[in-house]
Amino acid sequence: MSILDSKVPKGPLKDKWTNYKDKINLVNPANKRSIDIIVVGTGLAGGSAAATLAELGYNVKAFCYQDSPRRAHSIAAQGGINAAKNYQGDGDSTYRLFYDTIKGGDYRSREANVYRLAEVSGNIIDQCVAQGVPFARDYGGLLDNRSFGGVLVSRTFYAKGQTGQQLLLGAYSAMNRQIARGKIEMFNRHEMLDVVKINGKARGIIARNLVTGEIERHSAHAVVIATGGYGNVYFLSTNAMGSNATAAWKVHKKGAFFANPCYTQIHPTCIPRSGDYQSKLTLMSESLRNDGRIWVPKKMEDVMAIREGKKKPTDLSEEERDYYLERRYPAFGNLVPRDVASRAAKERCDAGYGVNATGEAVYLDFKSAIERYGNEQAKLHGITNASKEKITELGEEIIRAKYGNLFQMYEKIVDENPYKTPMMIYPATHYTMGGIWVDYNLMTTVEGLYCIGEANFSDHGANRLGASALMQGLADGYFILPYTIGDYLSHEIRTGKIPTNTPEFDEAEKAVTDQINAFINNKGTHSVDYFHKKLGKVMWDKCGMSRNATDLKEAIQEIKAIREEFYKEVKVPGKANEMNPELEKAGRVADFLELGELFAKDALMREESCGGHFREESVELDGEQEGEAKRNDAEFAFVAAWEYKGEPSDAVLHKEQLEFNDIELKQRSYK
Amino acid sequence: MKLTLKIWRQNGSQDKGKMVDYQVSDISESMSFLEMMDVLNEQIINEGGEPVAFDHDCREGICGMCSMHINGEPHGPDKGITTCQLHMRSFKDGDTITIEPFRAKAFPVIKDLMVDRSSFERIQQAGGYISVNTSGNTQDANSIPIDKHAADMAMDSATCIGCGACVASCKNASAMLFVGAKVSQYALLPQGQVEAVDRVKNMVAQMDLEGFGNCTNTGACEVECPKGISLENIARLNREYFKANVKG
Ligand SMILES: Cc1cc2nc3c(=O)[nH]c(=O)nc-3n(C[C@H](O)[C@H](O)[C@H](O)COP(=O)(O)OP(=O)(O)OC[C@H]3O[C@@H](n4cnc5c(N)ncnc54)[C@H](O)[C@@H]3O)c2cc1C
Ligand code: SF4
Ligand code: FES
Repeated sequence: MSILDSKVPKGPLKDKWTNYKDKINLVNPANKRSIDIIVVGTGLAGGSAAATLAELGYNVKAFCYQDSPRRAHSIAAQGGINAAKNYQGDGDSTYRLFYDTIKGGDYRSREANVYRLAEVSGNIIDQCVAQGVPFARDYGGLLDNRSFGGVLVSRTFYAKGQTGQQLLLGAYSAMNRQIARGKIEMFNRHEMLDVVKINGKARGIIARNLVTGEIERHSAHAVVIATGGYGNVYFLSTNAMGSNATAAWKVHKKGAFFANPCYTQIHPTCIPRSGDYQSKLTLMSESLRNDGRIWVPKKMEDVMAIREGKKKPTDLSEEERDYYLERRYPAFGNLVPRDVASRAAKERCDAGYGVNATGEAVYLDFKSAIERYGNEQAKLHGITNASKEKITELGEEIIRAKYGNLFQMYEKIVDENPYKTPMMIYPATHYTMGGIWVDYNLMTTVEGLYCIGEANFSDHGANRLGASALMQGLADGYFILPYTIGDYLSHEIRTGKIPTNTPEFDEAEKAVTDQINAFINNKGTHSVDYFHKKLGKVMWDKCGMSRNATDLKEAIQEIKAIREEFYKEVKVPGKANEMNPELEKAGRVADFLELGELFAKDALMREESCGGHFREESVELDGEQEGEAKRNDAEFAFVAAWEYKGEPSDAVLHKEQLEFNDIELKQRSYK
Repeated sequence: MKLTLKIWRQNGSQDKGKMVDYQVSDISESMSFLEMMDVLNEQIINEGGEPVAFDHDCREGICGMCSMHINGEPHGPDKGITTCQLHMRSFKDGDTITIEPFRAKAFPVIKDLMVDRSSFERIQQAGGYISVNTSGNTQDANSIPIDKHAADMAMDSATCIGCGACVASCKNASAMLFVGAKVSQYALLPQGQVEAVDRVKNMVAQMDLEGFGNCTNTGACEVECPKGISLENIARLNREYFKANVKG
């Protein structure tokens, strides 16, 4: 019997959220003033939550490890944010966004949550425009849209290639307003190192002031975790260097179940790695697949000639190119979902068609788009008999306006001009669909402890569609949590201030200081990065784009061994009571070394292929879908929520069975 | 390549600090500048020393965290990029590279190459927002059409990443470009009009309070700004400030 209760309200799907809001308990404004909430993380999810909760009247304490909320990793999101506005009149609706998200997630998410997300999506755009977010507009002055992978409508709103930046600055400005009013107390350069539970309820956190090294106690009536994803378990990913799982992992150890850790998104379009010194990978936004066509040469001799520098990609004629996504998936072509596009690139490269020295790169080509736009512009400007050069020039202008900053980024890193020669791309770890298990209220299995944004497991199932993470983060923070947390806090109005001089705080603080001292006093031989890279290699090789039982079993053993070596041999210079980036990294890597093992364990348990999780043992053997991932709904249509029991290997599995009442379970087909 | 690095080392805000020389070898051209720093730090750790502390996070030019003064220029010799986007192909074998923190009275050093930019935070808190309720009960996003050119210009101003290079490049350590960018973004949008007067007055007052210098139009900020924020933003800030004071 599962002990998980998703608390999904009764009633028809489309009325659930409205009915729920009508019935929940509210806290009156005077009482809100005596209630404290801690928000850890100030990305899109945490930033929007902190601002809204403060606006409602609660006292908010917000934490981030950077020197400003404006620098959270959400800032790096490029492509856009989805919303079912149907401004383009192309048949979009709440239901369609809901359907696309469930299907894109390969039927592994909770219907009610996803529907609610689709329902509030339009509000986000209204809210952001009112805040002064400068979304792209058309010449009529109305908002412009673009398409993202896995869907057939144009519902993605964007601000050049810097959508995440603009949305985050919007949330940041809302926070600033509340900071100025004294309703948010902001703790920059602070890292949460543990949660404090009193009588089963989350009542505070232990944080380290990263400038002074001081260990601090903070109490509250509820704690919200909004600390982002754990993609850096791979060492190399598109995440920021500091992105980490520590807060999530620490709450897991205190009783919050961790769901579907093996669901990771490997993004198809990233700049390939160039050497061992590589510290991170850079994403080239999915929006580029609107206009870029992906290919490798058809003939092996051309591949070789290109690798040896004897031929250039531009030398190959159309007939000599294999636009493999268009070939395999005629309906969606270059806009298939990410997991499908990534595996297809891996398939071609494994077959030997990779176009760079490492054999791990495919082309993303803008030539057709430049021509198409150029011709369109020539017509618009009334230029007859435009020369080829003129057309290219006009076309490049359009591409520059759309993706200029991405092209510039690419050129800076690779030192090639992508207007003239196709980009080289390869898949890289990008996003984690797995995370802390939450119910419909976004509450974890610990009372009073909430989890929002990428840090939770909720809405994307086994694969997230492009432009949906920003949507989810802001939906959680602006429009969902502020209601659901109120229902819980309505029972806290008589609690009074939570003291921090209690045994529970003493104990949590002691555990944190003990670990810090152990690191500092360890007489090890290797840097933290040495271990992080070792872990990353195991994760990529054995828990990466395709997985099998043998590799996963090995991975579990290897990660365990790295962890043991880490505690014996890690070397952390400097002192505890000062700014010490190596010490910060040590704590984060320690947690990744546990999470990595649970990840492999989860992947081993899930003997089916679904979304980003591809098990080599589970593929279609014949028919039109031959070679494609094969789901097993009879046995695996559940959320795997793991309970911590000491070591990752002892974790206990709890299943939340997924029910699909409004959508028929089908094999995903993008053919 | 082999390089000599002259790096500012300062153990905390109270320490006096000094330049220290380091040698690194086997630096590849395709490395980013910060990857070169990683190599240096790994070397220092293996030799039993304390690595150089520096701020960084996204390593793709958008978070605004990285902040190094390289060979006398904020974010180094290349134009239109941040420190993390600088690649070693901009240097050659045998070069000596000087690396210092951003220097300004309003940006005290925390450690080595890390500085405290919370003065920027306080300027934003003084007025860098539109006072709209975050409840979602706002009007439909398309109810006010916005001229595409105005929207694009607002976007250009809004791309400021708050890195502080403009301040570090300025002989007066003025923050006018940074403040101008935010004021401009809102000045160009209809949503920003209601609070325009208070916003510009409050942000400028806070800027002065933080100890940033006056703008004498040298234009150094525009040259060093990694996001191409133009001097036009300062001109607009001046106009908005003037207008606000006329209105009272
Ligand atoms: C390069 C890139 C491009 C992307 N593009 C898109 C896109 O176009 N569209 C889209 O929908 N999604 C995109 N995504 C995904 C999306 O950006 C993220 O999923 C989303 O922004 C996560 O937001 P968040 O608020 O959950 O977490 P984050 O923005 O990661 O914020 C985490 C916060 O937690 C804080 N924090 C972390 N640990 C601690 C700790 N221990 N103590 C205190 N504070 C802590 C951090 O300081 C930060 O404030 C992209 C992701 C990447 C990497
Ligand atoms: S104006 Fe330019 S240099 Fe100044 S903070 Fe903004 S991005 Fe940095
Ligand atoms: S590290 Fe983010 S801008 Fe340089």
